Amino acid sequence: MSASRFDQAAVQDILRSAEALRWELGRDYHDRVVETVYADAAGIADRAVTREGDRPRFDLDATIDRLVTSRVWGLPIMLLLLMLVFWLTITGANLPSNWIASVLIGRIYPALKQGAEAVLIPHWVSGMLIDGMYLSTAWVVSVMLPPMAIFFPLFTLLEDFGYLPRVAFNLDNFFKKAGAHGRQSLTMVMGFGCNAAGVVATRIIDSPRERLIAIITNNFALCNGRWPTQILIAGVFLGTLVSAQLAGLVSAASVVAIALLGVGLTLVASWVLSRTMLKGQPSTFSLELPPYRPPRVFQTLYTSLIDRTIYILWRAIVFAAPAGLVIWLVANVHLGGPSLAEILVNLLDPVGLFIGLNGVILLAYIVAVPANEIVIPTILMLTVLMTGVTGVGQGAGVIFQLDSQQTLQSLLTAGGWSLLTAVNLMLFSLIHNPCSTTIYTIYKETGSVKWTAVATLMPLILGVSVTFVVAQIWHLLAGAI
Amino acid sequence: MSCEACPVHNTGRPSHLGVDMGNWDYVVALAGNPNTGKSTVFNALTGLKQHTGNWPGKTVTRAEGGFEYGDKRFKLVDLPGTYSLLSASLDEEIARDFILFGNPDVTVVVVDATRLERNLNLVLQVLEITGRAVVCLNLVDEARRHHLRVDERRLARDLGVPVVPTSARYRQGLPELLAAINDVAAGKTACKPHRIGGASPEVEQAVSGLARKIEAVFPKLTSARWVALRLLDGDARIAAAVRQGELGELEGASQTAVEGAALAEASA
Repeated sequence: MSASRFDQAAVQDILRSAEALRWELGRDYHDRVVETVYADAAGIADRAVTREGDRPRFDLDATIDRLVTSRVWGLPIMLLLLMLVFWLTITGANLPSNWIASVLIGRIYPALKQGAEAVLIPHWVSGMLIDGMYLSTAWVVSVMLPPMAIFFPLFTLLEDFGYLPRVAFNLDNFFKKAGAHGRQSLTMVMGFGCNAAGVVATRIIDSPRERLIAIITNNFALCNGRWPTQILIAGVFLGTLVSAQLAGLVSAASVVAIALLGVGLTLVASWVLSRTMLKGQPSTFSLELPPYRPPRVFQTLYTSLIDRTIYILWRAIVFAAPAGLVIWLVANVHLGGPSLAEILVNLLDPVGLFIGLNGVILLAYIVAVPANEIVIPTILMLTVLMTGVTGVGQGAGVIFQLDSQQTLQSLLTAGGWSLLTAVNLMLFSLIHNPCSTTIYTIYKETGSVKWTAVATLMPLILGVSVTFVVAQIWHLLAGAI
Repeated sequence: MSCEACPVHNTGRPSHLGVDMGNWDYVVALAGNPNTGKSTVFNALTGLKQHTGNWPGKTVTRAEGGFEYGDKRFKLVDLPGTYSLLSASLDEEIARDFILFGNPDVTVVVVDATRLERNLNLVLQVLEITGRAVVCLNLVDEARRHHLRVDERRLARDLGVPVVPTSARYRQGLPELLAAINDVAAGKTACKPHRIGGASPEVEQAVSGLARKIEAVFPKLTSARWVALRLLDGDARIAAAVRQGELGELEGASQTAVEGAALAEASA
């Protein structure tokens, strides 16, 4: 097209003479140019830089690096740091969570109901707006805001400090063994924030084969939309199995276990892919460890609150409030007997129970394809509406003398949840199809329907298999006891 | 009257404009090694809040923003960090294509003052392509912490382009950086960029001969000399660009990258 505007003969002449000159100059031409650049750079830098005084005897950065990237201590330190972050999140979120719940649901909700009755608003309007939209939004805010407001700033502080590349450094060797590119450890760490961003970040990998592996497996890195689900379910179901002193520790350990399982799955899936669909040798690369930089604490707190916490909460509410409306309608529109929601949930229930989940969770995952953030809100709304416990806090406020976690647990237990449901929900939240934004990004980056389908369906099939196997083993063990 | 509405406030400081600016007087590219604070400089100049991170590879796409200085409007393009312009991966290619084919009026190379020698490798390669460059000597606060002193005047003399020490995290040196960009854009600063020296006469003859031929066919090209160097090095991508007559026409080459950036931002 545009080539016609140029003199083809002249273009051929350029290429021909370049080729001829390359032979004349010899094969070491490239090395000579690079060497000249390096020598010039060294000379200029040497003239411009002076070191004042002696080299400091104690180099803090190097000392920290020796410790956090050491063969022996690197991984244990990483686990300890992760544990600490989740422990702080789970134990710290309890109190504000209770406080917000007691105000929004314990006080404001009954007041709204009474007010609606007093001004004679029709039952279906107040049901839709107050039981549907308000209650679901209130639940979302009280159970999701406090953990996120603690977790995201802590995570961002670690990132700004420069710890994440060290995590990548520690994991690099495993990726090489899995037949993947070492830089995939970086894109995976990026996926801990957002999988769509992680998929875009795979551009740092130059080999197309290894880049595809990184794209397909990025979904196994728990993203911002899924951390709250893990933290919440771990706190409600696993933390309560042990005494109050140990609760935080056990919940934190189970979230870390799920995150590590994700890393393990990334490695296993990469290994399988590099031996089946995407065969090849891993290429070498260099990974630069950036200097530690003291994080600017206030700015970090501010941006992580605005960029992540409020953003994700906002996404959850924006999707959850209208969903709450629809779900209220679905739960209250009766088709000659059972409500529409009951029909749908009953339809999905056999499949759900088969893999140790239930119909409500499956319906929530179908609703939540656009955003993982609304899984928990949708589950809560459906459970509240289907079990008919909309009157929580309305009567004597008995339920709110307990803390919000126990309220949540009794609510979900009323919806037929067991410990197996909770464990499998955590597993399924880790292993299922990526959200629609990520799927679209994968398509944009690969330009291939085939690889987009692989990246979407592989985790879904794996997730169903894993939850199924866990459920069967669970039933077997339960039967044996 | 608010500060923002005051004319004094807006001279010598970039006004924080959104995306409504359609017409630009100058296009400025922001290049540099990974993790030197390019995105921080970008945010500080444009008032945008691209997420920054303390690790190499945080920016893999082109991000664009704008600022005003004096009565001129500047479009600022934040490029992915690269160690060289020899381009191996997609992110490096995006950076190289823009400097080479995007015809920026000024290329700002952000360098890490604590790792000057390694960073200069990229600076020297950029200077081979374009002399309309400003070196932003960033992280001078960190260099001070490590008891390093960089003589920016000596550096500017050796490189032949303006060198501005900054500490973008703490918004230090930004007015000086803006002034330097403006002066180079307007042609007020005469740049005499350092050329990679030490080449044997035969190499020099080969490069300049080939460059003349390229220039005759592609007069709009920023640096025929760099294209000649790459062809002599057997760079297949550059050879393909020559064959298809794309040189000097590639302004929209990285369009998909921009869409990717917007998407990543929307979902981050």
